[in-house]
Order: sequence, then structure tokens, then C-alpha cells
Amino acid sequence: MTQSQGQGNLQQQKMQQELQQEYKQLVKNVKPRPPVLKNTILAFLVGGAICLIGQLILWFLKKEGLGDKEAAAATAAIMIFLGALLTGLGIYDVIGKYGGAGSMVPITGFANSIVAPAMEFKREGFVFGVGARLFTVAGPVLVYGFLVSTVVGLIYYLIR
Amino acid sequence: MEIEKKVGQQSIRFVKPIVITSSASVVGSTEGAGPLADTFDWIVEDLLFGEQSWEKAECKMLRESAKLALRKVNLQEKDIDYFLAGDLLNQIISANYAARGIAIPFFGLFGACSTFVEAMLVASILIDGGFARRVLLASSSHHNTAERQYRFPTEQGVQRPPSAQWTVTGSGALLLEESGNGPRVTMGTVGKVIDMGMTDANDMGSAMAPAAADTLVNHFQDTGTNPGSYDLILTGDLGAVGKAALIKLLQQRGYRVGENYHDCGMLIYDLEKQDVHSGGSGCGCAAVVFSGHILRQLWEKKYRKILFLATGALMSPTSAQQGETIPGIAHAVVVEFN
Repeated sequence: MTQSQGQGNLQQQKMQQELQQEYKQLVKNVKPRPPVLKNTILAFLVGGAICLIGQLILWFLKKEGLGDKEAAAATAAIMIFLGALLTGLGIYDVIGKYGGAGSMVPITGFANSIVAPAMEFKREGFVFGVGARLFTVAGPVLVYGFLVSTVVGLIYYLIR
Repeated sequence: MEIEKKVGQQSIRFVKPIVITSSASVVGSTEGAGPLADTFDWIVEDLLFGEQSWEKAECKMLRESAKLALRKVNLQEKDIDYFLAGDLLNQIISANYAARGIAIPFFGLFGACSTFVEAMLVASILIDGGFARRVLLASSSHHNTAERQYRFPTEQGVQRPPSAQWTVTGSGALLLEESGNGPRVTMGTVGKVIDMGMTDANDMGSAMAPAAADTLVNHFQDTGTNPGSYDLILTGDLGAVGKAALIKLLQQRGYRVGENYHDCGMLIYDLEKQDVHSGGSGCGCAAVVFSGHILRQLWEKKYRKILFLATGALMSPTSAQQGETIPGIAHAVVVEFN
């Protein structure tokens, strides 16, 4: 390639980049913004409601005589069951549509992210479908959850 | 050798009459609840269409739409020279598996959501070139097969931004012949792949609008026409966001499109009442709107000359994950009925 050709290419690239920048600006102007305030309020209400239900279950279990640790574990199990059940009934994705982060962050959202692929990929069989794809959504959460807890554990061990 | 049928840089003018003699559309329940419900041949309430998986259901829709287009004009598979079809799934399985049950020599096509017009162009070229008398074509998409391939499992509780589009469940089919009565494909413009560096998979409209603008401008220049030359300019599935972007892009290039511009993705649903955000998308979107609503309007002489343009976003889940931008393409045909 001669020098002038190289410069020509460079100039072309620069022009292309400028065009792309210009287009990005154009799109920004025509694209509707997500209703952040409405989404935040809904996330607060839905997330809050899920947590309230969890808290009520916890209080109930404690009142019935379970210890602190056992009651917490049983509550988590019940919430996971409810999340899975609502996913199976085709209700959780509707809650998720309105609740957004509010329904994704609590433990019920975690159940949803495992049951949804399990249902979806059942047709590819139990090994390559359900088995292999079960954690497609939850997998990253688990991997980095384990990683971070290991690192934090190590730090705690060293500075203790 | 003189090339007599090519016009300008990217366009074609057909010499033989290319007549759309039959059409068929099969759609799902969401489309059947939309404003164009009475223009579809078959509304399937069950998203599984009696099959075991979404993929099999989509394949059946494509097969049934193709067969229905033949049945309407009492033709057999042996009367047809070629079958052209495509869809959105990896290895275009809906088209390939549908073609398994249709005994016609087959070309599989992939142009993402531009496939329907790509097929119309190729079919017209085959007929005008003297390689075929009759060509059957179809393209399909299914909301749930597209969701699980490109995005999330269907039961996953996710929130979609307002620019996201809803993949149409449906398949449209056309029969093109070298003679007969019906609307005619008279010109075409083959699009280039254009990439303006967009990366948001929840905003396909903006990724495809530059390709649509490029094809339109080239079409106008090649053929000496302008937006006013057509009763209707129809894009496939740009949706509300892509449509707005295209209008602005065309303005920058000195073309005004106004009342005569519509988008299939916005026609197929009631954007106010149906929860589809920016509108419909998918290979099936342009296919069923054209096969049903638009052809009917042509027959009723509400439109005499239309410019039909389908756009495709040519990405895959892998390219998206590797940080690649989304290239777009747009193919156009002119359909006239006098």
C-alpha cells in the first residue's frame, strides 16, 4: 500500500466515525426514554411487596417456634418455591414486566431465572437441554458470587 | 454484453410481467388481536400450533402458508419451478424443514427481516431471466423462537425498554408468475450492507434505518423517481423508533416522506393497546402485512404503485456477545396494479 492510499483510508475511517457519531446523536433524539420514575416506583412497590411477604412468613415461622436460623432458611425455601411456582404458572414474567429490578433482585427472581430456562429447554432433552442450559441466566450470578465470597473469605482470614 | 435490465447502481427494471397471483398468511393470536386481523387467512390461537416445540410450530406455519397460497389457485407442487424461503433461526431451520414437506426445488435465503423482499427480488429475477414460470416464496418468524434464540427464555421476568420490538408470529407466502391477473413487481433495488455502529439489540429499528435510507436514496436516483412517485412507501419492521430515524435521515439527504410512508411493524399491532413497545419485527412481519393487508388494498385500488422495502438486522447472538456492531440491509421492490 502506498502512503497516499494509507492516508486516504485513514481519512475514510475518520469520516465514517464522524458519520456514526452524528447518527448516534440523531437516534438519541428520536428514541423514547424509558419511564425511569414510573419504573423505579413500581420496582420499589413490587420488590417491597415480595420482601414484605417474606418478612410475614419469617415472623409466622418464628411465632410457631422455629429458631432464628431455621426460620430464615425455611423462609428462603418457601420464597424460592413461590417464585418457581409463579414462573411455572406463567405469572412471574408478567410481574417482572412491571416490577423490573424489584422482582429480579429478591430470591424469587433467582428462582425465576432458573425455572424459566428449565421450562424453555426441556424440549432439547434433560441432558443437553435442562442440564446444560439450566444456569444460562443464573450462572454468571453464581460464578461471580462464589468468586467474590471466596476472595472476601480469604481477606477476612488474613486480617483476622 | 449489454446489461439491459439493470438500472443505475443497484436497481433492476423487470421486462417480463411478474404477477403476484396468489398469497397466504398464517399468524398467531397477538397478530390476530391486532387491527389487521380480518386480512389474515388463518389465525392460530395456540402458539404451539399443535406441535411439541415453538420451532416446529413456526415451521408448520411456514409450510401451511406456502401450501395455502398454492391451494387458492388450484396449483400442485409439480406446477411450481422453485420454492424460496427463509426465517430468523440458526441455519434457517423453519424454511429448510418446511421445504422437506414441499416437493419443489428449493433455495433457502437469509436476510434477517429483509428475507421476504429478498425472496421477491430473487423470484422476480428467476422469472424475468427465463429460468422459471412460477415461483413460490415464503418467510416466517415466531415470537417465542426468536426470544429464546436472541434474548431470554420466554418465562423469564424481564423488563423491555420502549425501543424494543415484538417479533411477529406468522408466515406469509406469495406465488409469482410470468402471466395472469394481479399486482405486478416492476422494479427492484438490491441493498448494500450498512453498519452505523449501533450495538443495542433492544433497538433494531435504529440499526436498520441507515440501510433503509441508503437503499431508498439509491432507488430514487437509479430510477429517477422520488417519494411522491409512490402512493405508498412501506418499510418492513423499522418500528416507531426506526421510522422516526429514517424520516430524519432522508430529510438530511433532501427527500421528504410524509403521509404516504408506513411501516408494517406499526400497522400490524395497535401500539396503544397492545404491549408491543416500538412495534412488530421479524421475517413474518413484512410477510403477513404485505400478503394480507397490502395486497387487499392493491386489489381494492386504494394504492396503484407502492415501494415496498424490508430491512434486516444481520447480527447473531454470538456477534452481539463479542461486542460486534449491528449491520443492516434493506431490499426494495416496486409493486404496481393498474
